Amino acid sequence: MPLLSLLIWLPIIGGVAVLLAGDQRAGLARWLSLAVSLATLFMSFSLFTGFDRSTSAMQFEEMRPWIEIFSIHYHLGVDGFAVPLILLTTFFGPLVVIAGWEVIQKKVHQYMAAFLIMEGLMVGVFSALDGLLFYVFFEAMLIPMFLVIGMWGGPNRVYATIKFFLYTFLGSVFMLVGLIYLFIQSGTWEILQWHDFPLSMEVQRWLFLGFLAAFAVKIPMWPVHTWLPDAHVEAPTGGSVILAAIMLKIGGYGFIRFSLPITPDASAALDWLLIGLSLIAVVYIGFVALAQQDMKKLIAYSSISHMGFVTLGLFIAFAIFRNSDSGQGAALGVEGAMVQMISHGFISGALFLCVGVLYDRVHSREIKDYGGVVNTMPWFAFFAVLFLLANSGMPGTSGFVGEFMVILASFKASFWFAFCAGLTLILGAAYSLWLVKRVIFGDIANSNVRELNDINAREALVLGVLAVAVLLIGLWPSPLVDLMHSSVAHLLEHIVKSKVA
Amino acid sequence: MSLKTTLLLIPLLPLIGSLISGLARNQVGRAGAHWITILAVAGSCLLSVSVLQMQLAGEIGVENISIYAWMVSDGIRFEVGFLIDHLTTLMMTVVTFVSLMVHIYTIGYMHDDPGYQRFFSYINLFTFAMLMLVMSNNFLQLFFGWEAVGLVSYLLIGFWFKRESAIRANMKAFLVNRVGDFGFLLGIAAVLMTFGSLDYATVFAATPTMAGETISVMGGSEWNMLTFICICLFIGAMGKSAQAPLHVWLPDSMEGPTPISALIHAATMVTAGIFMVARMSPLFEMSDAALSFVMLIGAFTAFAMGLIGIVQNDIKRVVAYSTLSQLGYMTVALGVSAYSAAIFHLMTHAFFKALLFLGAGSVIIALHHQQDMRYMGALRKHMPITWITAWIGTLALVGFPFFAGFYSKDMIIEAVHLSQRWGSGVAYIAVVAGVLITSLYSFRLLYMTFHGKARWEVVESDEHHLPDGQLSHAPKESPLVVTVPLILLAIPSVLIGWYTVEPVLFGGWLDDSIYVAERNDVLAELSQHFHGATALGLHAVQTIPFWLMVAGFAIATFVYLFRPRVAELFSQRLPFLYRLLDHKYYFDEFYQKTFAQGGLRVGQGLWKRADAGFIDGFLVNGSARAVNWVAARVRRWQTGYLYDYAFAMIIGLIAILAAWVVLY
Repeated sequence: MPLLSLLIWLPIIGGVAVLLAGDQRAGLARWLSLAVSLATLFMSFSLFTGFDRSTSAMQFEEMRPWIEIFSIHYHLGVDGFAVPLILLTTFFGPLVVIAGWEVIQKKVHQYMAAFLIMEGLMVGVFSALDGLLFYVFFEAMLIPMFLVIGMWGGPNRVYATIKFFLYTFLGSVFMLVGLIYLFIQSGTWEILQWHDFPLSMEVQRWLFLGFLAAFAVKIPMWPVHTWLPDAHVEAPTGGSVILAAIMLKIGGYGFIRFSLPITPDASAALDWLLIGLSLIAVVYIGFVALAQQDMKKLIAYSSISHMGFVTLGLFIAFAIFRNSDSGQGAALGVEGAMVQMISHGFISGALFLCVGVLYDRVHSREIKDYGGVVNTMPWFAFFAVLFLLANSGMPGTSGFVGEFMVILASFKASFWFAFCAGLTLILGAAYSLWLVKRVIFGDIANSNVRELNDINAREALVLGVLAVAVLLIGLWPSPLVDLMHSSVAHLLEHIVKSKVA
Repeated sequence: MSLKTTLLLIPLLPLIGSLISGLARNQVGRAGAHWITILAVAGSCLLSVSVLQMQLAGEIGVENISIYAWMVSDGIRFEVGFLIDHLTTLMMTVVTFVSLMVHIYTIGYMHDDPGYQRFFSYINLFTFAMLMLVMSNNFLQLFFGWEAVGLVSYLLIGFWFKRESAIRANMKAFLVNRVGDFGFLLGIAAVLMTFGSLDYATVFAATPTMAGETISVMGGSEWNMLTFICICLFIGAMGKSAQAPLHVWLPDSMEGPTPISALIHAATMVTAGIFMVARMSPLFEMSDAALSFVMLIGAFTAFAMGLIGIVQNDIKRVVAYSTLSQLGYMTVALGVSAYSAAIFHLMTHAFFKALLFLGAGSVIIALHHQQDMRYMGALRKHMPITWITAWIGTLALVGFPFFAGFYSKDMIIEAVHLSQRWGSGVAYIAVVAGVLITSLYSFRLLYMTFHGKARWEVVESDEHHLPDGQLSHAPKESPLVVTVPLILLAIPSVLIGWYTVEPVLFGGWLDDSIYVAERNDVLAELSQHFHGATALGLHAVQTIPFWLMVAGFAIATFVYLFRPRVAELFSQRLPFLYRLLDHKYYFDEFYQKTFAQGGLRVGQGLWKRADAGFIDGFLVNGSARAVNWVAARVRRWQTGYLYDYAFAMIIGLIAILAAWVVLY
């Protein structure tokens, strides 16, 4: 059975079916969406159980001609990088449906359909092995997100959507030029063949910059990050969750799938740029997060700062190989980057859900409108504090694992990399705990807070599931890390070999 | 029951107790919560004692047990496991015993608190975290325990979360600790880079071969790698064990309920840094520079923080500054390679300082949450058990012969005296002067609280109190759940020093855990002058520290019992010194201005100027405006007339041709 196709098309077809349920039958739309997303999640388990951890070769492959004159194929397959990210995507499928259950009252069928279709498209991005197919999924995914922000978003949603769309679209146009160039040169759209296709340094550098334009915007890296806080602030809760939890990861995945293996020499030559930008993201954005007055903006900036660890973990590999022949530590960095992506998915998703819980009740995201929430919402406070501590890298939660691995690895590259990256220990704790102090703790600040009701069973279920995930990865990251060993080893073997003919 | 099961149960029992009493707090109720958690911690205390007995009987040696592989990455095994040697068992026993006492005491202290179950859940969780820290056999788990105790400390300082001061203090505590942890994590990264493993045994075994390793830190200057590692690790210890200049969080942590001040901020958690350095003795022994640094930081803390204690009026803050000062003593001991003496003082201090804190708490409940000693006095008649146990604790603290603190502190002073380390002369003066200071603030506390005239006033007004803040009835002695722990802690405060000084310091009991290079071994030298605990006690009258202690006692008696005006005179005559001490050397003000406000200002500047101003305002919206501008002009060319377009195409073709000719 073509598992990957099922994971892509089941939610998309399900989404279309939900759309057909129409505006009048909101209940049907909800239950159908839940059923579809749960079925997708259930099926994706066999991706985890059936995945052969001993090989770096692509698995669950599907190959079918699509547009033959341009030798474009519908080629799918996954390795140790894609599987965890696909699982993250299917995991969040039912969560956003449940999170939007009562909250969304306007055009329920369209809202649910948009998320289901988006889920399928994102699985497509992570499993596409054909360059053009990847591009199609990569761009198509923007449309439902654009609609979600534009239709269910906040007052300033038009500015935010246009900024979001133009930013990401502009970036990916450069990538498209690169992909077409690669096709013309190599005569194939096969990403894996591009990995072995020799390229001159000059060409590599241009291609690298093209990919960088697309992925740096997506992940996002400083200084092309300013679309993210605006998009988050205007997006409805579900949109923010998917944006932070999964869409940003596509940037990191792109670096792994395209930049590092297709242009290894340029990546090595320009690693200082990426490392520098990553460290700026960690430190500079950490300070910026400290100054935020809007909870969603704070978490958005915190996301950018945490994504800095992903790009840092990936690109210090080159610095490590330059320092030592054994390259010990490079794998730690790359795996740390992967763990950071998964962990940040859970934590940022949970944090945006927490803000959503408060927003649904008080209709404000301003920090100053809260204070002493723990008095009226003790269970909510429990979850919020847990996730904010995880956000500050508390050992025992998933937030620690990736940062720990990347900091340890970056010490191998340079003491100063580790020093700057390590500052997150202080900055992350400062903005996270200051938020706790101002919103959660304290005496009841105003009548809005006094009248708050604690989370209901639906909200507790969503936050509880995420809490379990965050703690499980924190206490035993082994099953997650084991998924990617072979692929990471293969990637590292690949990138140290020069492709300059 | 196999050893592994026993060892697993020791931390897991309190964890389970914590989860039940915390998550099902409404189901188990108040009594349920305290029974579950107390039984859990009693269970792990008994099991710890049984492990200690097995060790004393020689049934088990040094046990290095792996529990599970947390993660394997890049060929490095990250494990969760236990290293059971004498140092570990000593810590386990002390931690679980003090924790048990505090659990029982809490029944009385937190009796009326609405967060009763939550409190028990937290202190059970703390016990779990602390046990994971001391039992660890690797740096990863050490860091986990390290952060986890910090987390529970954060939750407990802010236990009364409605109070602004409490939630300020807990955030401050966490952030200052994070500064230390920043160094600690860099140290761990350096260990991994140098040794390729985070396992204690592997690292310590390879340490001697790494003596020549260097690291270039700043501008190409080469540091010895082991010195670098040790200083980074010690920065972590400075945070957790509140050594200057990272000490500022500990006095503020007194915002938490008193039982946790006793358990976390006196007896156990704050000693984690001391424990860690002792555990890392094979590393520290390789670096004289790092040890000198440790010693000087400790000496400064021991002396300077004690001085502040003399001018404080809040009873808990006096004890807190005393704790800082005593932690300084332990740190000095580490710095002169007398690791066993540091651990020995850690143990005796755990008992008598927990006793003093719990005694202070007993006074505080009797006076309805009054903590200011200026409104206390004459409590000895009303609270005899608290009074006597407080005297015992004080005598132990000031180092009165035969009491626990006498042996541990005297040995540290002697060790510093014998040490040849660079700077040990200064450290010796600091620790000797510290004896006088300790004696001063300790007896001052006793007199202001238990002796003299009654000056009772209360802060909270409810039906017990008259409107003008006077107590309506005489203070009453606390209930048995409070006094029994006091008595049980008073016993070791008297005896444990006399009883264990010989085996712990000179009997080589900690030899399986602590490594001391021969040239540094001051304790071996000291042992030649040691003729038993009793002889040492009798010999005390011939030593300087004894007479300094007596001098402190005499001054305190004169000033605070007979001539209370003298203290006022002191503050008036020496306003500069008084203000310096009253403001705690202005550390807080400085940090608040530079780091807290400065950091926020940097953030705001980067956000408003760089992000919103430059990137968004100029680059993003600017290019949007530019596109608009260009489009507005280009639009005019779209006239809709065919000949205009044809003309444009011709111009374009010519331009392309021209370009082609020029380029090729």
